[in-house]
Amino acid sequence: MSMNRREFLKIAGISTVVGLGGTAAFTKIRESALEAAQIAPNTLALKAKQWAMVIDMGKFKSEETIKKVINACHRIHNVPDIGNPKDEIKWIWTETYGHAFPGQEHKYMSEDMMHKPFLLLCNHCTNPACVRVCPTKATFKRKDGIVMQDMHRCIGCRFCMAACPFGARSFNYRDPRGKDANGNPFIKEENKEYPTRMIGVVEKCTFCVERIEKGLKPACVEESNGALVFGDLDDPNSEVRKILGSTYTVRRKPELGTEPNVYYVIGGNGYAIVPELL
Amino acid sequence: MLEKALVGGKRYWTWVFFLLAIIGIGFIAYLKQFTYGLGITGLSRDVSWGLYIGQFTFLVGVAASGVMLVLPYYLHNFKQFGKITILGEFLAISAVTMCILFIFVDMGQPMRIMNVILHPTPNSIMFWDALVLSVYLALNVIVGWVVLGSDRKGVAPPKWVKPLIYLSIAWAPSIHTVTAFLYAGIPGRHYWLSAIMAARFLASAFSGGPALLIILALIIRKYTKFDPGKEAIQTLGKIVTYFMITNVFFFGLEFFTAFYSGIPGHQHPFYYLFAGMDGHAELVPLMWTSIILAIVSIFILIFPAARRNESILAVASAMVFISLWIDKGFGLIIGGFVPNMFEKVTGYWPTLPETLITLGVWATGFLVLTILYKIAVSVREETAGVEIEH
Repeated sequence: MSMNRREFLKIAGISTVVGLGGTAAFTKIRESALEAAQIAPNTLALKAKQWAMVIDMGKFKSEETIKKVINACHRIHNVPDIGNPKDEIKWIWTETYGHAFPGQEHKYMSEDMMHKPFLLLCNHCTNPACVRVCPTKATFKRKDGIVMQDMHRCIGCRFCMAACPFGARSFNYRDPRGKDANGNPFIKEENKEYPTRMIGVVEKCTFCVERIEKGLKPACVEESNGALVFGDLDDPNSEVRKILGSTYTVRRKPELGTEPNVYYVIGGNGYAIVPELL
Repeated sequence: MLEKALVGGKRYWTWVFFLLAIIGIGFIAYLKQFTYGLGITGLSRDVSWGLYIGQFTFLVGVAASGVMLVLPYYLHNFKQFGKITILGEFLAISAVTMCILFIFVDMGQPMRIMNVILHPTPNSIMFWDALVLSVYLALNVIVGWVVLGSDRKGVAPPKWVKPLIYLSIAWAPSIHTVTAFLYAGIPGRHYWLSAIMAARFLASAFSGGPALLIILALIIRKYTKFDPGKEAIQTLGKIVTYFMITNVFFFGLEFFTAFYSGIPGHQHPFYYLFAGMDGHAELVPLMWTSIILAIVSIFILIFPAARRNESILAVASAMVFISLWIDKGFGLIIGGFVPNMFEKVTGYWPTLPETLITLGVWATGFLVLTILYKIAVSVREETAGVEIEH
């Protein structure tokens, strides 16, 4: 990396005129800098070009399973329970059909469908609006398609929360390591294997990158009794591709062009997937 | 020239210390927010931007409006604005200062603000907004200071400042266009996803800013020996009238598209803001106040006879300013978040600490404005009667 002061000033000067160039000058002098999420290569890790998930609502036989799925995620990721909806942090949660798929509901739907709890989480979009708007690249798309959040770079501007059409992001309005008015910690039992966050940053589901690194599937998938299927969208032989190729699935708000990668099998009875396909 | 801000009468110092007191209270409230977190505000997971970002958006408009004095003078040789372009430039400095502070107090990790420069991200509109605002601030500081300094010495300003002035004229619309793009490019927020957003922003800026300038000019005339000029104020009145009509027209276009198309998502924010939804109607009285003030002010301003009476003009200008402040500093932001991405309604209302911090930032802006206007007015008082071509 050889560039003297004169050369630098020249590049900086010209590029300022061009407008775009401030960035170019920065990249030039910071060529050796690390990407925000650089990690050592790992042979155990599960690999994919674009991770995706299929949520088969017909396979959730009880609300207990859904609760187990949510609790497993929130427990291992030290997601704090702030105790009020205003400052709430959640990575995976439920909404009714009408709220999960706004505009798709109608008043003649079966009671069962109307009140069924649909699991929602970050869609790890192929074309994520949150990544487009982030002014510091604190949220970015990994090579395996996971939309990731760097808690140490996030400035807490919340532009990503305004941009995400799926309400997948939460902001630490309170210190998640703190306590409520009665002295109870927001994180009931801290998992020492996973970092806690600091105040004033945005967080969300990461498709369990820390587990994928160890060759494990996401915690929610593991707890779901087969209702959640995880796999590589790019691999025609993956479980997710087999389901997508054989069953009618929908995504949330596909018309916005973000290309969400979480698919839903809505159907229950008639549309439940045939086990031998898996 | 700064020394001019250090000498003043009792009224001047009372005003300065009054502002300092409000800044102090706001600062204490901010320290509270800094330790407790933004949970101290009325913001939530669903309404994640509120009063702070609203003020930022509104004030970018005020900053851009300085061009309404600079453009007629330098491009159309409209002499009456010669003595007061400085008022527009100094107002822009004060407004951009407030914009920066409002962004700062809204940040979850304010100590990391330099990350925006350390990790420049051209695909983020926020990167461009920071860029255009800093350049606009620099242009106004340089142009305002140099031109006023030359006036004081009774010489023509140096030639190199002319290109900067022309650049600042082109730059002013850019700052508000880019700010509109922060909102207009977001998928899934129906109230913001509108091609006419930037045009609406400019129309409201070019009516609200000059309305404030009219009030400031009248205050200056009343309390100092510098007269900004009757003709100049009347011309500003015309500018406010045309742009306010344009602004209301643009709002009507939004309304038409939402309701004639019948698309529910486009109608919901209007229902929430103007009628209330699911038991949440916190903004309804404010929004109707804004509508009524807009209609009444236009009704007053379209009559030249009414406009020529400066007291009536002042009242109409105040109405325009308040109406636009509600519409842009409040309703526009909240309307984008309610209903939320799940078509659910979460209300928003600022808390006391949030209001105190907001007042503190406004007081800081007014302090900057007071100091700059004190300098400008003192120079004008000294050089009364001498006209210098810029």
